[in-house]
Amino acid sequence: MGVTRLWRTIRLGLKSLWLHRLRSLLTVLGIVFGVCSVIAMLAIGEGASYEAQEQIRSLGSNNIIIRSVKPPDEKKTSSTTTYMVEYGLTYADISRIRATIPNVTVMVPGRVIRTDVWNAKQRVDCEIVGTVPWYPIINNHRVERGRFISELEMQAVSNVCVLGHDMARQLFPIDEPMGKTVRVGSDYYKVIGVMELKSHRAVAGTSNGNGGGDKGSGQTPQASPADSSPATDRMFIPLTAARRRFGEILIKSSSGSRAAERVELHEATVKVDSPEHVVESSLIISELLKRNHKKKDYELVVPLELLRQAERTKRIFSVVLGAIAAISLIVGGIGIMNIMLASVTERTREIGIRRALGAKRRDIVLQFLIETVLLSGVGGVIGVGLGLAIPFFITYFAEMKTIVTFWSPLIAFSISGLVGVIFGIYPALRAADMDPVEALRHE
Amino acid sequence: MTNRCIVRLQDLRKSYQMGPVTVEALRGLSLEVTEGDYVMIMGPSGCGKSTLLNLLGCLDRPTSGQYILGDDDVSQLDDDSLSAIRGTRLGFIFQSYNLIQQLSVVENIEVPLYYQGVPESYSRMLATQIAERVGLKDRLDHKPFELSGGQQQRVAIARALVNDPLIIFADEPTGNLDSSSGNDILAVFDELHQQGKTLIMVTHSDEVSERAKRVIRLRDGQLEHDHKRH
Ligand SMILES: Nc1ncnc2c1ncn2[C@@H]1O[C@H](COP(=O)(O)OP(=O)(O)O)[C@@H](O)[C@H]1O
Ligand SMILES: [Mg+2]
Repeated sequence: MGVTRLWRTIRLGLKSLWLHRLRSLLTVLGIVFGVCSVIAMLAIGEGASYEAQEQIRSLGSNNIIIRSVKPPDEKKTSSTTTYMVEYGLTYADISRIRATIPNVTVMVPGRVIRTDVWNAKQRVDCEIVGTVPWYPIINNHRVERGRFISELEMQAVSNVCVLGHDMARQLFPIDEPMGKTVRVGSDYYKVIGVMELKSHRAVAGTSNGNGGGDKGSGQTPQASPADSSPATDRMFIPLTAARRRFGEILIKSSSGSRAAERVELHEATVKVDSPEHVVESSLIISELLKRNHKKKDYELVVPLELLRQAERTKRIFSVVLGAIAAISLIVGGIGIMNIMLASVTERTREIGIRRALGAKRRDIVLQFLIETVLLSGVGGVIGVGLGLAIPFFITYFAEMKTIVTFWSPLIAFSISGLVGVIFGIYPALRAADMDPVEALRHE
Repeated sequence: MTNRCIVRLQDLRKSYQMGPVTVEALRGLSLEVTEGDYVMIMGPSGCGKSTLLNLLGCLDRPTSGQYILGDDDVSQLDDDSLSAIRGTRLGFIFQSYNLIQQLSVVENIEVPLYYQGVPESYSRMLATQIAERVGLKDRLDHKPFELSGGQQQRVAIARALVNDPLIIFADEPTGNLDSSSGNDILAVFDELHQQGKTLIMVTHSDEVSERAKRVIRLRDGQLEHDHKRH
């Protein structure tokens, strides 16, 4: 059986399907839905695990991140009086955690202040992060040029800074920033380094700098990739400098009232020695914080948990869509088998003629099998076409990240072909099993 | 003319099981056909003419007895071998033409070559030539339903000739035709006979049978009369 012969059989099959194009199209709907579901399932699964891996990668799988959150039930007593809101993580919390959990290896208390940074007339609205020298290591965020804050500068409370990648470009569009100074309020900071580019949404905690209770931070990151407003860029200064220059109180004026917020620490990252200890450590931390905070003015982000959550989502979707896919494909396959059985009966005479003219049983098997596979293959092609559009809608309406890998259409298409083979075998054997004389006599 | 014997039947029997009843369609038939013969098979309805033709045409296997085709015993060959023999050495013409409806004239003629694995370009050429020979030159791309009965039977004849068979079988080929187109078809058979083809035809018309040198009459599955002229 040569390739040209096979090709002729395929052409014959296409011709015969074209003869009943509406019937063929209707027959194939089940396969279309099945294939769509397979592609959607793979796209959601791929998207979910990409998201999770991305988060893990940026947050660190050994890390537990604690953030201060303004409690939502904070009520203003009067619209004109000055009041003070005190909330969030304290240095005492950090000491307690260090004292209680033995397997904590590094701990980075961070302070985040949202403010403007100037270079002459260039202004950038950014977050200033007061941090420690080993921040790059545990956050997996490297210095691109220059160096990070040193231990010495930390102790000396030096006015030095490391700029985020984008803000360096914005503040110093032409010059080399290294060695220059930037201004924050009335203080000047010497630029000692520039960080490498990092996707901003992946960097934990964006808007809790000035009491961001309004935007529920720490929610699952959204699918929209274009979230790189310059405001989320970060400038790093020694933690000691941050405490000294900015104090622990932030004053915010709005519509005639003055609100003051006192937050000792905005963010801390607990690095646990191995991923197995992350969950239990997070439970201990949670317990410790609960005992010492009257209100829930903090939140815990466990990247490993995010991964689990993503995997759960992925699994649920896989099960649901997998079931839909399997049912559609089986129903579709049965539909195809049914039509092919009808077609075999309808074409009994033709089968008899072909047998009389020298067709062997396997020629007949091949003819009908190819026809069935073509039928389901056409369903597969339509299904792949529609299926490629579905992830787009899922992302748009369900705000879920989806990724269509190049092999998912191939898998879906192969499955449709396989359905054709499986459900085509029986009709094809029925056709080939006919007695030539009987078939010729068939009316 | 050579007198090579190409068909030899010996005590051929064929019975059908219909539930508890056994129908004996052929009961011990012996027969010889030599190359170039033009044989008419006649007899009353149900006497076993079609059964005999199906056995001769390797579409079926006898219940017992021997069938030598050419030099080979084909009585008990397997399905694939019988298919191969039908495709290479035999040609069939049926009462109801039996063309494949979705194929064009030329494609119908090509079918036997297709199963022999003859390349498309060559089989197309051969089919076209033969179609011209039976007067279908300007009907090559027509579908069977666009043709008259006589024309359809010509397509069937062309199809039976395309693999240059040893024997051509025809089961009442003019049964569905009016007498004029029937005569046209019979004229084609006469011509084939003159070219030396071996023809075996079933008919129930005396007028038709007069065209052949040899008439075999069957009755109840047995040879009643084997008449050779000259
Ligand atoms: N497939 C079959 N099953 C049962 N009986 C059959 C079958 N084919 C033929 N017969 C019987 O065999 C006998 C001869 O049939 P057939 O060869 O068709 O007769 P003819 O062609 O001479 O009219 C008839 O009695 C018919 O009923
Ligand atoms: Mg008959």
